[in-house]
Amino acid sequence: MNDIIKQIEQESQEVRAKFPGFKPGDTINVAVKIKEGNKERIQNFQGTVIQRKRKGSNGETFTVRKISNGIGIERIFPLLSPNIEEIKVVRRGKVRRAKLFYLRGRQGKSARIKERMN
Amino acid sequence: MSGIIGKKIGMTSVYSADGRNVACTVIEAGPCVVTQVRNDDVDGYNAIQLAYGERKPKNTPKALLGHFKKANTTPKRKVVEFRHFRADVGHEVSLGQEVILKDVFAEGDFVDVVGASKGKGFQGVVKRHNFSGVGEQTHGQHNRLRAPGAIGACSFPSRVFKGLKMAGRTGGKRVKITNLQVVKILPEKNVVLVSGSVPGAKNSFVILEK
Repeated sequence: MNDIIKQIEQESQEVRAKFPGFKPGDTINVAVKIKEGNKERIQNFQGTVIQRKRKGSNGETFTVRKISNGIGIERIFPLLSPNIEEIKVVRRGKVRRAKLFYLRGRQGKSARIKERMN
Repeated sequence: MSGIIGKKIGMTSVYSADGRNVACTVIEAGPCVVTQVRNDDVDGYNAIQLAYGERKPKNTPKALLGHFKKANTTPKRKVVEFRHFRADVGHEVSLGQEVILKDVFAEGDFVDVVGASKGKGFQGVVKRHNFSGVGEQTHGQHNRLRAPGAIGACSFPSRVFKGLKMAGRTGGKRVKITNLQVVKILPEKNVVLVSGSVPGAKNSFVILEK
């Protein structure tokens, strides 16, 4: 990649440094700013990270999956978006692949992820 | 029309204040040198000529060497005229003066970007003119899958009309993309980010017009 583009993307590193490192399999809590008319409030979305895309670039996104009232919900967040207030790692998971799409077809016991201890 | 000459660097994306991810083209633009000032009374029209990009003197025609010497500058690669530049910028410019990004654009401005599109070589009508092709691979198509079809009637007019869309050299043409917003200006690096894509390959010259 060209040096100039690298330097431009470097500016976003400060935003990146704000967040803890997390991987697919981790359970995280994302605090998202939501605008309703003139008011701004914060909504939390807690679930399992099932993928991180375009890692390292300005367009990096991650997908969080959770089961809400028995229905699987997946939300894609842009990591560097100014609307993301905070990311908290609730639990670290031990998984053997980068994309956890296999979770989509599972529920209950088989959808568990072992905890990573280290 | 004011403007500046630059070089396409590549693409990236930045976030706007409201949280949208805007795809941007990074263009290194300027500093350009004014190599000629054209006046109504001498040339019949009002314009200035800008030059950009270093060039070795040994690769420069003698005539151009003299032209750049008049402006008291080193030989340049790209020379472009901008009509009514002074009226748009709002101040007078003199021969040999440097023009930088901040002289011409501010963040939030809408600009037109001119570049030479990427050359594709000799291409068929499907790629070149967005014909849809025959549509099916089977039912007796043999090798007519991407063929143009009929190009006209028979005994009348007994010829093929001029300008009919056919296969041929594609790309490598001057293309202008209008109304791209200036997202960011980095004056110390002479770099400007415009929203969206811009014609041409990386490191090719582009002209930004306002």
